[in-house]
Amino acid sequence: MIRTQALVKRFGRFTAVDGVELDVREGDRYGFLGPNGSGKTTTVRLLLGLVLPTSGSVEVLGSTRPRTVLPQVGAMVEGPAAYGHLSGRANLTMSDAAGASDRSTRKARVDEALERVGLAGIDKRPVQNYSLGMRQRLGLASALLQRPRLLILDEPTNGLDPQGIREFRELLVELNNGGTTVFLSSHLLAEIEALCTRVGVLDRGRLVAQDSLVSLQAPTGRTQVQTPDLADAARLLGSRVEHVSADLLLVRTQRPDELNRELVTAGVRVVSLMPERHTLEDTVLSLTTGTSDRA
Amino acid sequence: MIVTELRKLVRRPRTWVLVALLVALPTIVALFVKLSQVAPRPGTGPAFLSAVLDNGTLFPAAALAIVLPLFLPVAVAVVAGESVAGEAQAGTLRYLLLRPVGRTRLLVAKLVSVLAFTLISVSVVALVSFGVGVALFGSATVSSVSGTQFSTADAAVRITLTVLYVGWSMLGVAAVALFLSTVTDSPLVAALGAVGVLVASTLLVTLDAAASVQPYLPTRYWFAFIDLYRDPVLTRDLFRGVALQAVYIAVFLTAAWANFTTKDVTS
Repeated sequence: MIRTQALVKRFGRFTAVDGVELDVREGDRYGFLGPNGSGKTTTVRLLLGLVLPTSGSVEVLGSTRPRTVLPQVGAMVEGPAAYGHLSGRANLTMSDAAGASDRSTRKARVDEALERVGLAGIDKRPVQNYSLGMRQRLGLASALLQRPRLLILDEPTNGLDPQGIREFRELLVELNNGGTTVFLSSHLLAEIEALCTRVGVLDRGRLVAQDSLVSLQAPTGRTQVQTPDLADAARLLGSRVEHVSADLLLVRTQRPDELNRELVTAGVRVVSLMPERHTLEDTVLSLTTGTSDRA
Repeated sequence: MIVTELRKLVRRPRTWVLVALLVALPTIVALFVKLSQVAPRPGTGPAFLSAVLDNGTLFPAAALAIVLPLFLPVAVAVVAGESVAGEAQAGTLRYLLLRPVGRTRLLVAKLVSVLAFTLISVSVVALVSFGVGVALFGSATVSSVSGTQFSTADAAVRITLTVLYVGWSMLGVAAVALFLSTVTDSPLVAALGAVGVLVASTLLVTLDAAASVQPYLPTRYWFAFIDLYRDPVLTRDLFRGVALQAVYIAVFLTAAWANFTTKDVTS
């Protein structure tokens, strides 16, 4: 779906994107993570042909010339934009008419897109009176107008309230189930964690990780045990205990089930027992060098 | 895409505000002249104004001479300067390109829309001022700048040619502003840049020391349309004006195209 090779973009002496090799597969919900200023938006612009690469190649939907496949791509880059003096519906209609789209299905597609993003009851008031959340929904509707095979969304939940974010996530999952590949760039870990199946992590223009979400959340090899018999448990497990706090033990083990049996057999009461996993946050923070918008 | 751009132009309140302002200035001048019955002495004040007091038919030419030094080029520079940079500033440029609209096609559509605005504004000024002129000053026989007289039909032809000549001159301004509009993301900078070029040119045209470059300055032949009202028509400066504007239009449109089709859109 998306494949880049040794993609580099320099602005003057500043290297915004440095040898990125993206691999997004059909049907993915791909999360593109990175701190502010790490080059996410520039990468998205490169994918869409808005910015031309200094070197390296971009292949989207099997084509190295973004122009030819753009009709099958829906995109939102750095926030929505619309003509303020026109209504939302007029904006969508005008935007659709600007491209080479089918005029006979235009009205139906505009209605469908508005319906999908929860703006079906939209009236004639101009976009300049819209709230930030409504503008965001309108931007998404615009991306959905041509029923794209690939959705490329850059920071799409800015300005949405929690309810809006949930609706948005449900919509993306629904579209994805219908066969649309989703590429979502964000600096919000929770958003990516809740939605995506594969994750790429960008840091200072370099792709420092690219893997399925499940493998990035791999078990740490430690199990958290909550017990009122702290002393007994600690004595029983000896050096396998890595950390003790209040009523919690962190135990190094490959087999949580065996650990449970051992504790119970020895008469230690277990309130809860849970294998610890890497959080996406830990993984990402260990891979990235921190925020680059700090001067 | 061209239809979309024209629709945008027509639906935009700003377009009509600019046209209204362009019409308002000559109308105000006409009212003052009518009420006071004092026309500027021949050779002073805006061209033709001295003649309109006893003949309103020539007022379109006077009206164009009134708006030509500043109002008209500023209006054209604002619209052309806004064309690409305005989309960039509003953030809509990237979505147009993603629709996708080819960059060359977008530029052509913008050019057509600017052309339409130029023709609309020049024609509206001519038509309204014709009405105002005839209503206020009546339509006696028209006398040429050279003193001979010509018929109303003849006057209409000359006024139409004036509209076309002034429109063509304004297209030169539009080309400069359109080029700047592809360079910057600020419509204000693009429009002011184009106006700056014209102000500099107007200044140099009056400077004897700059005589060597004067034939190449964009505003040098703007007022050559006055020659259309001589009998016989003095064509030398008119042809030079048309040719010079053609060069400006070709050079700056090519530059705009070369810049826009290869530029990183980061707005």
